[in-house]
Amino acid sequence: MTAGAVPGWDLVVGLEVHCELLTATKLFCSCRNAFGDEPNTNVCPVCLGLPGSLPVLNARAVELAVRVGTALRCDIRPSIFHRKNYFYPDMPKGYQISQYDAPINRGGWLDLPGGERIRIERAHLEEDTGKTTHVGRSGRIHQAGHSLVDYNRAGVPLIETVSAPDLRSADQARAYVSELRAVLVAVGASDGKMEEGSLRVDANVSVMVSGAPGTALGTRCEIKNLNSLRSLGRAIEYEAARQTAVLEAGQAVVQETRHWNEAESRTTLMRSKEEAYDYRYFPEPDLVPIVGDQRWQVAVGADLPALPAERRARLSDALNGVGEAPSPLRSGAGGDGREAVATLVELDLDGLVLGAVAAGADPRLAVNRALNEAAADLVGARRLDPGAFARLLAMEGDGRLSATQAKAVLAEMLAGGGDPVAIAQARGYQALTAEALEAAVDEVLASYPDEWSRYLSGDVKVGGFLVGQIMKSTRGRSDGKAAAAALEQRSRRSAKRPLPGESGSGKGRLSGKR
Amino acid sequence: MAHVARLNRLALSDDELDAYAGQLSAVLEYAADIAALDTSGVSPTAHPLPVGNVWRDDVARPGLDRAEVMAQAPAPEGNCFRVPPILGELA
Amino acid sequence: MTALETAAAVRSGARSAREVVEGHLATIQAREGQIHAFNLVTAELALQTADDIDQQVARGEDPGPLAGVPVVLKDNLCTRGVPTTCSSRILDGWVPPYDATVVVRLRAAGAVVVGKANLDEFAMGSSTENSAFGPTRNPRDVGRVPGGSSGGSAAAVAANFAPIALGSDTGGSIRQPAALCGVVGVKPTYGLVSRYGLVAFASSLDQVGPLAGTVADAAAVLEVVAGHDPADSTSLGQPAPALAGVLGQGVAGLRIGVVSELMKGSVDVDARVREAAGALARAGAVVEEVSVPAVAHGLSAYYLIAPAEASSNLARYDGVRYGLRVDGPDVTSMYGATRAAGFGAEVKRRIMLGAYALSAGYYDAYYGQAQRVRTLIIDSFAAAYQRFDALLAPTSPTTAFRVGEKVGDPLAMYLSDVCTTAANLTGHPAMSVPYGVGDDGLPVGVQVLAPALGEPVMFKVAAALERAAGGGGGAPGAGSGGAGMSTAGAGVAGAGAGRAGGRPTDGIVGPVGTR
Repeated sequence: MTAGAVPGWDLVVGLEVHCELLTATKLFCSCRNAFGDEPNTNVCPVCLGLPGSLPVLNARAVELAVRVGTALRCDIRPSIFHRKNYFYPDMPKGYQISQYDAPINRGGWLDLPGGERIRIERAHLEEDTGKTTHVGRSGRIHQAGHSLVDYNRAGVPLIETVSAPDLRSADQARAYVSELRAVLVAVGASDGKMEEGSLRVDANVSVMVSGAPGTALGTRCEIKNLNSLRSLGRAIEYEAARQTAVLEAGQAVVQETRHWNEAESRTTLMRSKEEAYDYRYFPEPDLVPIVGDQRWQVAVGADLPALPAERRARLSDALNGVGEAPSPLRSGAGGDGREAVATLVELDLDGLVLGAVAAGADPRLAVNRALNEAAADLVGARRLDPGAFARLLAMEGDGRLSATQAKAVLAEMLAGGGDPVAIAQARGYQALTAEALEAAVDEVLASYPDEWSRYLSGDVKVGGFLVGQIMKSTRGRSDGKAAAAALEQRSRRSAKRPLPGESGSGKGRLSGKR
Repeated sequence: MAHVARLNRLALSDDELDAYAGQLSAVLEYAADIAALDTSGVSPTAHPLPVGNVWRDDVARPGLDRAEVMAQAPAPEGNCFRVPPILGELA
Repeated sequence: MTALETAAAVRSGARSAREVVEGHLATIQAREGQIHAFNLVTAELALQTADDIDQQVARGEDPGPLAGVPVVLKDNLCTRGVPTTCSSRILDGWVPPYDATVVVRLRAAGAVVVGKANLDEFAMGSSTENSAFGPTRNPRDVGRVPGGSSGGSAAAVAANFAPIALGSDTGGSIRQPAALCGVVGVKPTYGLVSRYGLVAFASSLDQVGPLAGTVADAAAVLEVVAGHDPADSTSLGQPAPALAGVLGQGVAGLRIGVVSELMKGSVDVDARVREAAGALARAGAVVEEVSVPAVAHGLSAYYLIAPAEASSNLARYDGVRYGLRVDGPDVTSMYGATRAAGFGAEVKRRIMLGAYALSAGYYDAYYGQAQRVRTLIIDSFAAAYQRFDALLAPTSPTTAFRVGEKVGDPLAMYLSDVCTTAANLTGHPAMSVPYGVGDDGLPVGVQVLAPALGEPVMFKVAAALERAAGGGGGAPGAGSGGAGMSTAGAGVAGAGAGRAGGRPTDGIVGPVGTR
C-alpha cells in the first residue's frame, strides 16, 4: 500500500486507543462515571486531588481490563500503577495514575474483518483527565482568552490499547478501530460512543521507502485529537502525504507530536521531541500491586460472550455453508456478502438471522428483512423472537403475504412482538391466490384496453400505470413485484391469445367474481 | 537546574537556582555511598507492604457539594475552575 | 494528669470535659505566646465538643476511651471546616471538606481537638523552623528547637497544652521532636494507621502516630486510631493492636539488640542509650550489641526517596482548585508564580532534589538505586530480628539544638534524621521514650525498634524503659529526666546484663558511657 498518492513509499501506522470503561464509578473513587452531567458535580476529594486524599482501585475496572485482555488474546500479568508526572489544568494531582512498564495486559492480537492480524503491544489501565474548555477572547478588548475546567471526567477509568505498527493504510486503521470498538462493546467494557469521547485515538504515523525491511521504520509523528473514524482516516492520509513530501524534498521527518485540526483538515505541530516531557514515572506508592489470580482470570475469560470475529464466521457459515464464497448474499442489501455479515454483527442482529435460518428461513430473505426493516428498529429487532421472524419469512416466501404485507406485519412484531400469523389475520391479510391475481389482471386490462394495447406494442412506461391499477384493485394484497410479474406473463401469453375483452372466458370469470 | 525547576513549575531566581545547585550537590555527594553499593540482583522496594489486590466495589456514592467545592476555587467561573490561557503548556 | 486519668475522671463524672478543656486552654493562654506550638487554637469548637461529651455522660452514655481528653493535631491532618495549612502559604485559605480518618476516630473516642499544631512546611524539616508561620520553641528551653517536623505537636504535649497529640513521621518526624521535647512519640508499622486525610509528604514512608506524656497514653491513642481503613489502599487488614495489657508485662527473657551502626551520636546521648540497655538487662532482658550493616545507608536512601515522592505529591498545588494563586498571563506563568510564592525554601529544595532523582537519565542511579538499597536495609533488619525481639538506638544523635543553628546548612539538618529514617524505609514500628538528659540538661530519647506489627513488644520495652527512667506517672517533665539520669547513671555494665541473660555473649560489648 502506498502512502497517500505517492508510489514508492509505504505507510506505517500504530494506534493508541483510549477507551472509557463502562463502570458505575471512577477508577479510584466512588464518584459517578457519567457523561454530560452538570460541571463539577461528580467530584470528591480524591478526583479533585485534594490534599490528603488517596486512591482506591475500582474492582470492576480491573475485571473489565481482564475481559479486554482476554478478548485481545493478551498475556494477563501481575501489574502495578505508576505516576506520570506533568502539569495541565485538567490533571488535578499534577500526575496521572497509569500503568507503565508493568501493564495488566501484554502482547496479543486483533484479527480484522479483512483477515489481517494486527498485533497488540499492551492494553493498560489509567485514569482520564478532566475537561478543559477554551474560551476565546471576549468582547472586551484587553481580555485574553482563558480556559474553564470541569473535573467530572477526571479519574474516569480508561483502558489504553496500543497496537504494534502493523497498520498499512488509513482504511486499515479505520477498520482496526472499528473492530476494536466492536470487541470493547462486546465484552461490556465500552459503550463505543466516539461522539461522546468514549473512544479516543492517537496515531503514530511514519512512511518508509517501499520494500524496506520492517525494522527500518521511518521517523514517526504522533497525531492527537482523532475523535472519529473520519478524522482518523483523513489525518493519517494528510500526515502520510506531508511526510512523503518532506522526504521527497530530501529533508528528514522530525519526530514530534501533532494535532489534527478538523476544521482546517491538517495536522499542526503541538510539540517537538526536544520539548517532550520528562514524565518522571515512578511506582504509585498510594496503590498496591494487582497480583494475578489465574482462577479468576480463567473465570472471566469463560464468561466472555462471542467476539465479533467469531460471530461473523458463524453467521457467514450459516448463510453460505462453511468455506463457501458469500454468493447468495452478493445481491443482498449490503451489496457485498461480507459487508452484510459485518453489519449484522455490528448491529447485533446476527443472532436473529442465525435463529431464523436455523428455523428454516430463506437466508437471503432473512438478511434482507433484518438489514432493511429490522435494523430500522434495533431495540425491537434485538428482542424479536427468531422463530416468529422465521415464520413471517416463510409466509412471505410462499406468497401467503405480499412483501408489503410482510413488512407491515414485521413492523408490528418489532413494536410489540406477537405471532405473524395472528397479526396477519388481525389485519385481514389473506393470501392472494394466483387465481385472484389473475382475475384482478383481467379486470384492469378490460377497463384499460388502450393502455394494454400500448403496453403490448412496447410502451414500457404504461406498464407502471397498469401495475398500479392491479395493486389498487387487490387493495394492497398484491405487491408491485407480483403484479408486474402477472402483467408480464399475460403479455407473453397474449402473443398467442386475443385480448381479454375479446374473449368470453375472461369476462365470465370477471363477472363471476362480482 | 533550570530544567528541573521548569519541570516542577517553580519560577526561581538565578540566585535561588545557584544556591540550590550547591546544596543539592552536597546532598548528592553525601548520598554517593549508595551509588557505590553493589545492588545487582537486588529488586527495588517501592513499598514496605507485601500486599496486593486492594480494591473496592463499583458502587457510586455521592461526592462533594459543588457549592462547597467552588467556594475553595481561587477563580471560579460558571461552576468551573478558571485558568489563564493555556499557551505554551504541554499536554 | 495523664490522658487515661483524665478520660477515667470524665467518664465517671468526677471531672467535666469542659473543666478539663478549660484548664488546658488556660495553660495554652499562658504559654503559647512563648512557644508557638499552634497554627490555630480551636478553643470555641473544643468547648462545644466538651459540652457535648459532658451531656453524653449526663445521659449515662460512654463518650469513649478518650472522653474529654484534649488532643492537638499536626496541621497536616485534614479537619472538616477547620483550616489545614501544612504551615505553608500555598494552602492559604483552604478549608478541607472532610476529616482525616484518624480525626474521625479520635472524635468518636471522645477526644477533644484543641488546635492545629505547627510543623515544618509539609513536614519537611527537623526543627519546625521551616514553617511559613514562624518557628516553634522547645518548652524545655525556648532558645532551642523542638525538633521536627511534628515540633508543634511535641511542644504542645511537653508544655501540657494537651496530654496527647497526633503527628506524622516520614523520616523521624514524630520520634525526633518527641526525643528533643522529652515526650513519648510513636511511628507505627506502615499501614497500621490510615493515611487518609494526612497531607502527603512521601507516601511510601508517611505514617501517622501519637505523641504523649506517657507510654500508656501513647498506647491508648494508637489503639483508637489504628486499624483497617478502606479509604487507604495501603492500610493493613489488621485490627488495632491491644496494647494496654502488655505495658506491665516486663521484658524478662526478651532479646534486645543495640544497633551499633546507630551509636554514633553525641557521647551523652549514646551513653543514655547504653544505660537504657543496661536497665532492660537488669529487668531481665537479654541485651546485646548487633550490627545492622545496611542501616548506614538509610539516610542516603531516604534523602533520595522522600524528596522524589514529595516532588510528585506537591505537584497538585497549582493554584487552580484551592489555596494560593498568583496569577500570570498564561497558565505556565501562573503555576510558576504560585508555586514560587507559596512554597518555602526547604520545600523547593526537596522538590528540586526529588525531581532530579527521578528525571530521565538519573532515575536508575538515584531513585532506582535508593529503592534497591531499601531492599538491602529491609533484609538487614530481617536478619537482626531473627535474633532479637526489639532493637535500641538513639532517636536523635543530639539533644535539642539552638534555634537558627542549622538553618543555613541543609545537610547538617538532614543528619538529625540519621537514626530514624531506617524504620520508615522498612515500614517497621519505632518509638522514642524519654530517658534522662544530656550534658546540657536537655532530654534524651531512646528509640525502640521492632519488626512489622511488633507494636506489642515495642510498647512492652518502652514501658519498661519509662519505669526505669522513673516516668510514666504525673505530668511530663515532672523530674522524669533527672530520675532517668540517676537510674541510668548507676553504672550499667555489660557483664551484669550478661549475667541476667545467662549467656556469655549477652550484654553490651564495649565501653559504656566512656567515649
